[in-house]
Amino acid sequence: MAKINVKINGVLIEVESGTRIIEAAKRLNIEIPHLCYHPDQRIKALCRICSVEVVGSKKMSAACSTYVWDGMEILTNTKKVYDTQKGILEMILANHKQDCLSCSRNGNCELQNLCRRFGIQRQTLDKTINPVYLDDNPCIERNMDKCVKCGRCDKICRDVQGVSAITWAGRSETFMFTTAYNKSLMDTDCVLCGQCTTVCPVGAIVEKDNTQTVREAIQDSGKHVIVQVAPAVRVALGDIFGLEKGTVVTGKMVTALKQLGFDKVFDTVFAADVTIMEEGNELLDRIRNNGILPMITSCSPGWVNYMEKHYSDQIDHLSTAKSPQQIFGAIAKSYYADKNNMNKKNIVTVSVMPCVTKKFEAARPEMATDGVRDVDIVITTRELAKMIQYAGIDFVALAESEFDSPLGEGTGAGVIFGTTGGVTEAAVRTVYEVVMEDELEKLEFKDARGLQGIKEAEVDLKGRKLKIAVAHGLANAQKIMEQIKAGTSPYTFIEIMACPGGCIGGGGQPLNTTIDGKKMRMDAIYEIDCSKKIRKSHENPEVQKLYQEFLGKPLSEKAHELLHTHYHKMNRRYDFSYLGES
Amino acid sequence: MTMAVKFMTKNFGRYDIRSLASYMEIGGLTALKKAIQMPGADIAALLTAAGIKGRGGAAYPMGKKWLQARAVKAAEKVIICNADEGEPCTFKDRTLIQNDPFNLLEGMIIAGYVIEAQHGYIYLREEYSYLKSILLNAIKQLTEKNFLGKNILGKKGFDYELHLCSGAGAYVCGEGTALIESIEGKSGRPRMKPPYIKQCGLYNHPTCVQNVESLSLVAAIVNDENNIYQTYGTKGEKNSIGTKLISVAGNVKQPGVFEIPFGITIRDIIYGLAGGLEGQPISLIQFGGASGKVASKDILDTPYSYEHLIKAGVGVGSGAILVVDESTSVIDFLITTQAFFSHESCGQCAPCREGNRHIRLLLQKIKDGVHTQADIEKLNSIADIMTVSSLCGLGQASQNALKTAMKVFPDAFKIMERGVKIG
Repeated sequence: MAKINVKINGVLIEVESGTRIIEAAKRLNIEIPHLCYHPDQRIKALCRICSVEVVGSKKMSAACSTYVWDGMEILTNTKKVYDTQKGILEMILANHKQDCLSCSRNGNCELQNLCRRFGIQRQTLDKTINPVYLDDNPCIERNMDKCVKCGRCDKICRDVQGVSAITWAGRSETFMFTTAYNKSLMDTDCVLCGQCTTVCPVGAIVEKDNTQTVREAIQDSGKHVIVQVAPAVRVALGDIFGLEKGTVVTGKMVTALKQLGFDKVFDTVFAADVTIMEEGNELLDRIRNNGILPMITSCSPGWVNYMEKHYSDQIDHLSTAKSPQQIFGAIAKSYYADKNNMNKKNIVTVSVMPCVTKKFEAARPEMATDGVRDVDIVITTRELAKMIQYAGIDFVALAESEFDSPLGEGTGAGVIFGTTGGVTEAAVRTVYEVVMEDELEKLEFKDARGLQGIKEAEVDLKGRKLKIAVAHGLANAQKIMEQIKAGTSPYTFIEIMACPGGCIGGGGQPLNTTIDGKKMRMDAIYEIDCSKKIRKSHENPEVQKLYQEFLGKPLSEKAHELLHTHYHKMNRRYDFSYLGES
Repeated sequence: MTMAVKFMTKNFGRYDIRSLASYMEIGGLTALKKAIQMPGADIAALLTAAGIKGRGGAAYPMGKKWLQARAVKAAEKVIICNADEGEPCTFKDRTLIQNDPFNLLEGMIIAGYVIEAQHGYIYLREEYSYLKSILLNAIKQLTEKNFLGKNILGKKGFDYELHLCSGAGAYVCGEGTALIESIEGKSGRPRMKPPYIKQCGLYNHPTCVQNVESLSLVAAIVNDENNIYQTYGTKGEKNSIGTKLISVAGNVKQPGVFEIPFGITIRDIIYGLAGGLEGQPISLIQFGGASGKVASKDILDTPYSYEHLIKAGVGVGSGAILVVDESTSVIDFLITTQAFFSHESCGQCAPCREGNRHIRLLLQKIKDGVHTQADIEKLNSIADIMTVSSLCGLGQASQNALKTAMKVFPDAFKIMERGVKIG
């Protein structure tokens, strides 16, 4: 790239040509105010708060969309810039509900930050609030009266997920980002992946908060409240407490959960190992008995929803094994309850997940046994942080502790479930050894690793080549599914995660996660795997004990009853009744 | 000075607009035949010599635009004729299409030759759907006689097709990038720039957008061997050469479209061509459509030219002249104009969406006589913010009338003296 010289507020700086003003300013450690700009997204240039002066031009330039040129002189601190940026901010603010004290984004809101930065003191413009449309789902809440129309939700839903459930509508004063015909998310193509909640700069799209339900369960002395934590939470939670991105906080997290009052703190990684036992054996079964192939993973509930809504005719490709979250719940309410002589009705299972869709998965009617839900309450990484903050726990200063037994023992294979490619790698470690009856020497399965949208790999199983694909982000999943639909899919096994990066980039993860942050989390996950003594699911002693004492063997009748499920073909229906009789 | 002339309107009424043969009988397509014997750059040079500025409102030198478009190297290039004519009080393009459709298309074919485009699109205002048959018929006849299609007039490699499109009637679709979105079947919202459409426009092809009037001038200029066109207009350093089609409406006795030489006075136009006012005296005159600036009757003796109008604080814009008499107050006029923009803003960028909303609310306060000095300041600052920071021309220009009215008619914004409550 050719280097060019630009001046920002009189300071000369050399940047590559093709740099935008906002990026060039960042090199000088100047953050130009913005709302719609997001480093991982296409430029939108809608909020115009980043308007700056370019010497020689009467009009201002949007710093997010304007490329610098050699000799360009940019001013970011003049009266004209201040008046313009502040004026736009005030107008956006007038169209915002401003219920900051009761907003779930209080203290973590980009609009609030801008107001503080600009010293907004009192509202001088008339308030103009948009109407609200209620959403009926257990995961995502939309508060359109707080929407600042930045369009980040639209871009992530369209570009990354390829779903476009949220898009722009209306014009002028009625312009907004919403669903088609303002339908509730459930009645659209939305799969509740929650990626929109991770990019919304304000409280317009947020996860449904279940922290109070958790607190009430803990406070109920008649309940035995146990908690499971998904692998991707331990490499992300530290973000919220100011630790460097990708810091592993497993031990502190367990201590915090114990301090919060959970009776037992268990690890979803244990259940992930069980998932591998079931899913791996299901794959072998399908290969040996001419079952439906390729078999596709089903541990990402956003992905399962996507299959049900968008590719329901291909639904039999999904593995019937439940997700680790649900397997944990099912085992907790059977094996664990029996072992401890407890009535399963008195056990409350709480999950801490990097995901908002897990709330929906746990609420599925088929995810219950005898009318008792396998998983009672699901909270996200972000909600756990809120609970820790409420309790006044100094997270960073906490000592480390260990997960409880017996559902707290997990292998390296289970841990890497938290990143794209992890399920595949874990499955290969087990399937290879079961088939070959030989030890796998090289555990690292590099072809499945990394943030590339679709990855391909191959394993040689006694002469039978197993072709594998790994996809994350639903736009990539769509490409894989179109191949299957066309009958040209060369794969035997496919891993798909709804969220970009897998669970490390889940919809319930800390806000302001960029691609760089995801990379650090991914490195941390593999670091945990490396540090584990046991790195293959079938070697997990607690899992072996579970099969010996309770389940028999993988795919047994008992295992099927508890650990497998079925999916629905959902026809998308649109209601056009508003058009009238004609 | 001649008040009304016939240069680009010389064909009006002289041929059967439904017949190519009839058009050719009066000399139609001679410009095209002549043009394809010339190097493309020479044709652009003719436009430059004639000083033609784009007639959509931005007044960009047309010859320069063609040369730039010609210089872009691409496998496919596109020319769009902007016949959206959504600017209120502007109806000159309609007149050109109604009276001389073949001349417009001839201009488009010559443009295709010069710019080396393969496709031309006419984006016709949705409300002009009754003009569709005229254009489709003309395109069909031109195609049948190989004035469109492959190897036009036997010129090898000169392949050019014309297409007709309409949107759904949004004003913003007159903006080049929104127009392109609309042709592509998307909702008509302007794109951010860059990329500029001259590099990446319709279906990502380099695109050159021209107004109906600009294209309607082309054939006449190519045929104008004696440079008659250049005898019209104002003289001086930054002169306005030639003639201009204007549309005059409002409280005048004879509203209509007139071809005038640049340089006649506003008074000549309003009292001469448009027959003067209906009854009451002039309150204000708006130039260039709803996004244009306003002036008081003090402007009457100003010559109508690019340079004189700018000096007088207004501009040619789309060529519209709206005359408003004293039966409408300045504030009522602004509220009506504002209602238009509050309806037509696409809403995607914050300054235009929110700015138009708040100006609507503030103007209502002024009408109700309950505004304060702070409201006037807000009005000013919001209008300024919109001008400098909006994403597209709509937001940048929608407050032109307000801003000029505040300067020219300060009394209309006076704070009401209100009684003080006693006891």
